[in-house]
Amino acid sequence: MRRFSGFALAREAMREHKGWGRQWESPEPRSQYDVVIVGAGGHGLATAYYLAAEHGITNVAVLDKGWLGGGNTGRNTTIIRSNYLYDESAAIYDHAVRLWEGLSQALNYNVMFSQRGVMMLAHNVHDVQVLKRHVHANRLNGVDNEWLDPAAARAFCPPLNISKAARYPVVGAALQRRGGVARHDAVAWGYARAASARGVHIIQNCEVTGIHRGPDGAVTGVETTRGAIRARKVGVVAAGHSSVVMAMAGLRMPLESFPLQALVSEPVKPCFPCVVMSNTVHAYISQSDKGELVIGAGTDQYTSYSQTGGLHIISHTLDAICEMFPMFTRMKMLRSWGGIVDVTPDRSPILAKTPVKGLYVNCGWGTGGFKATPGSGHVFAHTIARDDPHPINAPFTLERFRTGRLIDEAAAAAVAH
Amino acid sequence: MLLIHCPYCEEARPELEFRHAGEAHIARPAGIAEISDEAFEAYFFIRDNTKGIVFERWRHIHGCGRFFNAARHSVSDRFVVTYRAGEPKPELSGEQVAAAAPGGKATPANAAAGVNGKAAR
Ligand SMILES: Cc1cc2nc3c(=O)[nH]c(=O)nc-3n(C[C@H](O)[C@H](O)[C@H](O)COP(=O)(O)OP(=O)(O)OC[C@H]3O[C@@H](n4cnc5c(N)ncnc54)[C@H](O)[C@@H]3O)c2cc1C
Ligand SMILES: [Zn+2]
Repeated sequence: MRRFSGFALAREAMREHKGWGRQWESPEPRSQYDVVIVGAGGHGLATAYYLAAEHGITNVAVLDKGWLGGGNTGRNTTIIRSNYLYDESAAIYDHAVRLWEGLSQALNYNVMFSQRGVMMLAHNVHDVQVLKRHVHANRLNGVDNEWLDPAAARAFCPPLNISKAARYPVVGAALQRRGGVARHDAVAWGYARAASARGVHIIQNCEVTGIHRGPDGAVTGVETTRGAIRARKVGVVAAGHSSVVMAMAGLRMPLESFPLQALVSEPVKPCFPCVVMSNTVHAYISQSDKGELVIGAGTDQYTSYSQTGGLHIISHTLDAICEMFPMFTRMKMLRSWGGIVDVTPDRSPILAKTPVKGLYVNCGWGTGGFKATPGSGHVFAHTIARDDPHPINAPFTLERFRTGRLIDEAAAAAVAH
Repeated sequence: MLLIHCPYCEEARPELEFRHAGEAHIARPAGIAEISDEAFEAYFFIRDNTKGIVFERWRHIHGCGRFFNAARHSVSDRFVVTYRAGEPKPELSGEQVAAAAPGGKATPANAAAGVNGKAAR
């Protein structure tokens, strides 16, 4: 693997960019690893990278039933922010934002992290109360978030319609200036490349079909479509399929999987400077560096693994987008797609040890886990390496649904986030 | 959007008329204040979340207003059968499941639901 640098770029420019080579290896699976990670999405790849980079554990395989980054990592609208209400959430999401800030340098790969600001709109009294409560709670946690009146919101995002006659009038907004977006594929590729360079095996088209356990119940490995692989530690990072994989170890999860959709428009010149979210009308919008408007919609109401959702869900979102940004009413939408998101009852993730020795789980990120990718991988690697959670993920247990010690971001936001 | 056969109205109607109401056949424990934390967790939070045939509740909220149950394939989203609340979980035949699976010889999903729905009563 070649390091990217200004010098390397100039050198390759001289020889028609023929010298870059493959960015990660595609080895045959070994029969045994120290750690097997199930799922080569951003979270699984980040976990493997930090196992190698921070804990010196390099005999690691990341297995995926499809191609790396082909799950929600490659399907999401890439919104990054950390202005969650509860202390536990602020800690984990802000840990991620701080890692995002140095990620391109750490990985030697441009993940195109752009802190262009995330603005969350309030349309009614309830929204105002909820968002102001977030602003205050965030500031107490050292997380930046500020309240804007409608005129200030429009100054920050000129296409915004703040007319009082609008169907969804904007009565204020909360702005996190450190929030923004990153290039989703580059995050998967960057972690894959950096992990592979440290000896991690990334094995695609390798579906895990079973979890082997010894007489004492502890994990001894996994069964896959490419044969059995032994490992004393298995980390499940399978997003929408977490219930399916955990069932292989006999565990039933507090999870439901729903389709969540996104769509992009034809590419146009830069016209939209930030990220705008409206939880109330389920609309999320930003502009990619290619020029497409990237729009996120809500979840379907029923559980599904279909990776497609109903047309009425995206059409509802586009109604709202056109009301809030009248200049987009004549934009053409090019593509839409769905991902399957694993949702917990309190809308907070689970990053934890499990009742099965040697089995670890990182799931339940639902509609909003891309933003957490670096932080999640970082603390999950710690949990696996030490067999003990990092202080930041210690509250995100599986047991909290029994003890009642929930981290109830669902009640805090009451919507997809 | 799904087309859903309401077993009370005996008609297939667009999903917009319905509200999904979670996994079906989860019995609320009697004496809920006395049950253990484990039992409460299992009842309240833990879900099968099956990839394959799911049994689920729907409510025809913009129609007759009544709750009913359905068996649906969660990969194809095709309904196998809908049936009235209180009826036992139906035994599905291998053919029914295969027809509802992705690539199965569908019988347009909801037409099948209608026919089977009547048969199940
Ligand atoms: C439309 C949409 C928009 C979103 N928008 C945002 C957003 O703006 N901001 C945000 O923060 N989050 C957003 N999210 C959520 C975010 O995408 C997810 O929380 C995050 O990507 C989860 O990362 P992951 O690595 O766990 O999952 P994934 O990338 O889905 O990785 C899981 C991997 O596990 C593999 N796998 C599953 N089962 C098996 C098996 N049996 N064997 C082997 N491999 C298996 C899958 O193939 C997959 O590659 C959005 C999601 C969607 C669908
Ligand atoms: Zn009805």
